[in-house]
Amino acid sequence: MTGGGAGTPVLSCRGVVKRFGPVEVLRGIDLDVAEHQVVTLIGASGSGKSTLLRCVNLLEQVDDGVIMLDGQDITDPRINPDRVRRRIGIVFQSYNLFPHMSVLDNVTLAPRVVGGVPHRDAESRAMALLDRIGLAEKAREFPDRLSGGQQQRAAIVRALANEPRLLLLDEVTSALDPELVGEVLTLIRELKGQGMTILMATHEMGFARQVADRVVFLDGGTVLEEGPPEQVLGDPVHARTRQFLARIIEAGRL
Amino acid sequence: MAGRRGRGSRAGVAPRTAEPAAPVSAIQAEREAFRRRQRRRSSVVAGLSTAVFLVACAFAITRAPGWARVREQFFDAEVAVASLPRIWQGLLLNLRVLVVAAVATVLVALTLAALRSLRGPVWFPLRLLATTYTDLFRGVPLIIVLYVVGFGLPGLRLEGVPTSPAVLGTVAIVLCYSAYVAEVFRAGMEAVHPSQRAAARSLGLTHGQSLRLVVLPQAVRKVTPPLLNDFVAMQKDVGLISVLGAVDAVRAAQIESAEAFNFTPYLVAGLLFVLLAIPSARLADWAAGRTARREQAGGLA
Repeated sequence: MTGGGAGTPVLSCRGVVKRFGPVEVLRGIDLDVAEHQVVTLIGASGSGKSTLLRCVNLLEQVDDGVIMLDGQDITDPRINPDRVRRRIGIVFQSYNLFPHMSVLDNVTLAPRVVGGVPHRDAESRAMALLDRIGLAEKAREFPDRLSGGQQQRAAIVRALANEPRLLLLDEVTSALDPELVGEVLTLIRELKGQGMTILMATHEMGFARQVADRVVFLDGGTVLEEGPPEQVLGDPVHARTRQFLARIIEAGRL
Repeated sequence: MAGRRGRGSRAGVAPRTAEPAAPVSAIQAEREAFRRRQRRRSSVVAGLSTAVFLVACAFAITRAPGWARVREQFFDAEVAVASLPRIWQGLLLNLRVLVVAAVATVLVALTLAALRSLRGPVWFPLRLLATTYTDLFRGVPLIIVLYVVGFGLPGLRLEGVPTSPAVLGTVAIVLCYSAYVAEVFRAGMEAVHPSQRAAARSLGLTHGQSLRLVVLPQAVRKVTPPLLNDFVAMQKDVGLISVLGAVDAVRAAQIESAEAFNFTPYLVAGLLFVLLAIPSARLADWAAGRTARREQAGGLA
């Protein structure tokens, strides 16, 4: 199932290595995300999920290997990282909405400042997006006045406002109450329905099983196992994967 | 595996230090070479533009029609050497005043900031007092405070009021600076998220305890860079006590320059103040950098 889909994958990682000082966090990651696919990264804390997402968004410089976006090598030092990031949306675990701006300004900031979209157009588009996720009446509020689930949905809409080719989600439900997790996952499911290409790190195994096209198990900075969710989550090959899943079941999350 | 490799290389560290830590792919080697070339190019550009700027400045100054006279009046090496001991003695007085004034300012300012943070109608008089104080002493020019405290206070001829110009000058500097620094502290306290205060109060801490143990430590960390900035400002403002007659570095330079009919001693004093400020400025940079590193865990953005 590697590669998958027609033509070049949207995202393709080959031998990606990342070190923090003496610690090798990513030790040669190979990974493809085909268009319209949802790929979930699972693994224990410290397995390198977040680091991989940050490398893809060029927030971290890789120490070896190649990351391709639509066939273009984005780890080449000659490319402009700002232009690459415009084609990638990322949502963080702790929302990272700008607290000094209203929700609407958060969403329209990038289209207005980076995309050069006129103020009025950006706002009407943002209002349409916020309306679709039921946050239209919160548009003028400041982020601190919203619930965690509302903030995270607003953060996802902010990442979508640039119409990215690829959406990166970094444990977007980990900081949320269980009852608020549902509204965020519903939104992600809708995005998949619209054909968005998504790479997400998550601990929501049930969601991964339902929505993901492929599940990738990271362990100690390498891809230990990958495949369709029913195989990786249902019938894992490696002992490490089984051990990890057993612990997740113990914690009551599957 | 990384651990095993680490242990191996430590054992054989002497004969193979030149070897790179890990083998690198051709594409990574090319990337690193490119980045090295870019770095080299930008440092060459920076070096060249600095050199051009300095040469242009030197040229403009030395070609000025009055340069010969200015050089004689301001850059006389003999006068500089002769005036140095006395100015150095003066600078030691400045340093003593600085240390005392800095410590006193922090204490007064913290008290003022804490008073202004008190909630509830009972504390209104104290809040009003602190607010009036900061409004007053931030508004009045330091030199006027120096005159009023330095000449007015001893003029009252009260028992126990000090008459030494250095002590009175220190008092005036503390009065002015504590008003500024109090506002810096208050800004820092307000920058601590309200949820922190809520968390402290919910544990049963009183207003004072949560201020002292939770809010202030975070506030001080946030405002360390601006505080060090104020410290650098104070370093040179201690030179103003010379207007009260204290023989500090500035006063010593004035005396020397009157004796030699030459302005060079002022430049010597100025240079000494700059040398004094440089370590503080680097300390401020270091503190700001440490805060930045602590708050963002790496990353390029």
